[in-house]
Amino acid sequence: MKRLAIVLALVSGAALTTWLPAHAQQPRSGGELVFPVPSEPPSYDGHREETFGLIHPFAPFYNTLLRVDPFDPSGTKPVPSIAESWTVSPDGLTYTFKIRTGVKFHDGSDMTARDVKASHDKIIFPPPGVGSTRKGQYSAVASVEAPNATTVVIKLKYPSGSLLAGLSSPYNFIYKADILAKEPNWYEKNIMGTGPFTFVEHVKGSHVVGKKFADYWDKGKPYLDGFRAIFMRDSAAQVAAVRGERAHIQFRSFTPKDRDNLKAALGDKITVQESPWDCVLLVGFNHEKKPFDDKRVRRALTLALDRHEGSKALSQIAIVKTVAGVQVPGTPFATPPEELYKLAGYWTDPAKSRAEARRLLKEAGVPEGFSFTFSNRGIPMPYEPLGVWMIDQWRQVGLNVKHNVIESRAYYGVIRKGDAEVFMDFQCGYIVEPDLDMYKFLSSDRNPANYGRYKDPVLDDLYDKQGRAKSVEERKALIRQFEKRLLDEEVHYMMTLQWHRIVPHSSKVKGWTITPSHYLNNTLDTVWLTQ
Amino acid sequence: MAYYILKRLLAMIPTLLGVAVLIFLLLRVVPGDVVEARYMGEGGQFQSQELMQIERKKLGLDKPLWTQFVTWMWGIVRLDFGLSMWTGAPISEEIKLRFALSLQLALMASTIATLLAIPLGILAALKQDTWVDYAVRIFSISGLAMPSFWLGILLILGMLIIFKWLPPMVFTPLWVNPWDNLAQLIWPALAVGYRYCAVGTRMMRSTMLEVLREDYIRTARAKGLWMKLILTRHALKNAILPVLTVISLEFAFLLGGLVVTEQVFNLNGLGMLFVEGIARRDYTLTQALVLLVATAFLVVNFAVDIAYAWLDPRIRYR
Repeated sequence: MKRLAIVLALVSGAALTTWLPAHAQQPRSGGELVFPVPSEPPSYDGHREETFGLIHPFAPFYNTLLRVDPFDPSGTKPVPSIAESWTVSPDGLTYTFKIRTGVKFHDGSDMTARDVKASHDKIIFPPPGVGSTRKGQYSAVASVEAPNATTVVIKLKYPSGSLLAGLSSPYNFIYKADILAKEPNWYEKNIMGTGPFTFVEHVKGSHVVGKKFADYWDKGKPYLDGFRAIFMRDSAAQVAAVRGERAHIQFRSFTPKDRDNLKAALGDKITVQESPWDCVLLVGFNHEKKPFDDKRVRRALTLALDRHEGSKALSQIAIVKTVAGVQVPGTPFATPPEELYKLAGYWTDPAKSRAEARRLLKEAGVPEGFSFTFSNRGIPMPYEPLGVWMIDQWRQVGLNVKHNVIESRAYYGVIRKGDAEVFMDFQCGYIVEPDLDMYKFLSSDRNPANYGRYKDPVLDDLYDKQGRAKSVEERKALIRQFEKRLLDEEVHYMMTLQWHRIVPHSSKVKGWTITPSHYLNNTLDTVWLTQ
Repeated sequence: MAYYILKRLLAMIPTLLGVAVLIFLLLRVVPGDVVEARYMGEGGQFQSQELMQIERKKLGLDKPLWTQFVTWMWGIVRLDFGLSMWTGAPISEEIKLRFALSLQLALMASTIATLLAIPLGILAALKQDTWVDYAVRIFSISGLAMPSFWLGILLILGMLIIFKWLPPMVFTPLWVNPWDNLAQLIWPALAVGYRYCAVGTRMMRSTMLEVLREDYIRTARAKGLWMKLILTRHALKNAILPVLTVISLEFAFLLGGLVVTEQVFNLNGLGMLFVEGIARRDYTLTQALVLLVATAFLVVNFAVDIAYAWLDPRIRYR
C-alpha cells in the first residue's frame, strides 16, 4: 500500500509537471534553438529597418529600454528591460527612467544612460543622412536627456498614451554612444549590443548564429547555449524543417493546413500556439474616383461582406480569422463584440445587411451590374483568398468586379499614384496600441500612407484626443468614436478579417508565449529546451 | 584556328554590351525600386517620402539614366561590379558566397546526367524497338515531364515520411565536411540531373540511330569490325556532338537558373540570389548576375565549338 502511494505520488508529480504552464516549470539550461526565418534584412540596423527578418535573428543581440512582457499573451504590457523602473510626472509630460547598473556591452564596456540617450536620439532626432523609419511615431517627444549615468528623462510636447508602448519597440536596440558618435551608420553593417546572446556569424542568404552572453545582466539567463536562425523563403521547406525536427520553431506563422499536417505527423511532439494577429488587410477606396467619393457606395461595399460566415470558411484555408475593428480582439482597447456588431458590415443578419447595401447603391445611382476594378497585391496568402471572397460577396449585391493582381514589390508604387479605384491595403504593428494602429487612417495631408486620398479633420481630431486622453476609459470612448466614424459613418477604409497567427513548434521549446505581434518575444532570454 | 579563337573572343564584347544595355533598361521599366521594396514591404505607414528620397539619393537613383549606365559600365571595365543596392555589400562578395554551391551543384547534376544519358541513349539506339528501348524511353520521357522542383518535393517528402530524415539545411563546403556537403547536395543534384539526363538520353538515342545508319558504319560492319570498336571509334564521336551542345548549355543554365529547386531544398545559390535581386529591385546585383550568366553561356558555347573541332576532324574553323 505504501509502495502504491509512492508510485501514485510520482505519477501525479510527473503529470503535474507536464500540465504546469511553461514559465512555471523549472527552466533547463543548454541546447541550441534552431528556427527558420522567412525573410532576410538588408542591414543590421533596427532603427532603420522594418522587417521581422531583422527582429527574429538579430533581436537576441540587443536590449531595449522597455520591452513587452514576454509572458503576456495580449502583447500590450510594457515591462522593464534596460530601464529598471520609471515614473511619470502628474502632467504626463515628463517620463523619468532609472537605468540598470551592471549592464555590459558584448565588448565588455559598461552600458549607461548616455548610450540610451544616444540610441533614442538616433531614432527620434536622426542626424542628416541617417535613416530612421520610426521617427514619426515619436512626434510627441521634445527631448531625451541623460542627467546622470543611471537616469534618462524624456520630455514630451504633449501627453502621449502610447509613449511607453513606443519605447517597448523591439526595433529600438540600445547601441553604444561612442560608436554612434564616431559613425552613426556603423550598426548597419556591425552588431554589438547588450543582449543575452553574442554574435557569432551571419552567412548571407544562409544563417545567423548566436551564443550565450556569459556577462548578461539578468543572471541565470539566457537558458539556451545559443541559437541558429536559418533563412528559408519557401514555406514548404520551413514546414518540412519543423516536421523533420531539423528546426524547433518558426516564429512568424504557418497556415491552418500546415498546422494540421504537423499535428497529424508529430502528435504530442508538436505544441500549437495561436493568437489573433496584429495584422489586417484593409480595403481602401480612392475618394477621388467616382462613385467611391460617395459614402453611401463605400458603406454598401462594407455591408455586402458577411464577415461572420467569411471567418468560418476562410479560417480553414487562410491565415485570417477574427472579425475585428481597429484593435485586435482581446486587447485592452478592443471593441466588445456586442458593440462592434452594430457597425456597418458587422451585422449578424447578412440578408438585412445586403438589402441595405442594394438600397444604398440604388440611392447613390449605381446601376445593377456596375463594374469596377479591385486592385490586389500579388501575394498568395492571405491576399488571394480574401480578394476572391470579397469579389464574390460584392457580386451578391449586384456589383461586377474585376480582380487586378499587381506584383508585390510594385504594388504600393501603383497604389500611391492614385490610379486604383478600390484596393487592398495592409497594416501590421509591432505592438497593439491605438496610436500606432490608427495612424494609418489619418488624413492624407498628415499621413502619406493613406492611399484613400481623403481628408477628415473630425477623424484626425478624434485620433489626437484619444492619444492625449487622461484616463483609459476616456481613451476607450474616443477610440469607439474614431472606429464608428472610420468604419460605419464615413467608411473611408474597411476592415476584412483579422489575421490569425499559428505557431506550431516542437514541444521541447518552453518559455515562449505567442502574442498578436510576430515582431515581439524574440530576445530569446526566457526560452529554453526540455532536451 | 588561333585567328578563329581571337575572333570569337572579340565577338563576345558586343554581345555582352547588348545584354548590359538590355538588362539595364528592362529593370528600370519594371515598376517600383529598391527603396520602395525596402520600406513599403510591410505596410510602411510611418514612412515619409522625404526619407525615401534621401535613400534614393544615397544609391544614385536620382541621377539621369545615362549617368547611372556610364557609371556602371565604367565599373565593369575595371571589373568592379559595385555594391548591392539592398545590402550595401560588394556584389563580388555576394556572388562569391553563392558561387561554390551553384558550381558544385551544376557539376554534380551534369556528371549524373552525362553518366546516365550517354550509355542509356546508346543502349536504346542499339536495342531499338525492344523492351530495353521502351524502358529507356519511358524513363527519359518521365524525366522530361516532371519538373525537377516537383521531383525535389517528392524526394523530400519521401525522406521525411519513410526515413524521418531531412538533408542538412545549411551548406557546408566539400572540403570542410564532405559527408554533410554530399548529404545536402546529392538530392537536388539527383532531381535536376534526372531531368537533364532525360534530355541527353533522348538526344543521344536519336543521333546514335542516325549515325548507325550511315554508310561508313555499314562499311565498318561489313569489314567485320567488332561492334564495340565501331561504336567507340566511329559512331560515338559523331553522335555525341549534339549531345555535347545540349549538356554544355544546360550546364550554363544550371549556374543561375535553379530558382525553384534551390527554394525547395533551401539552397543558398545563385538562382535564389537572382530571384531576390529582381524581387527587391536590386538593379546593380541583378545586372551583374545577368552579365555573369550571359558570360557563362558565351564561354560554354565557345568551348563547345572548340571541342567540335577536336572531336570531328572534318570541322575546320577560319
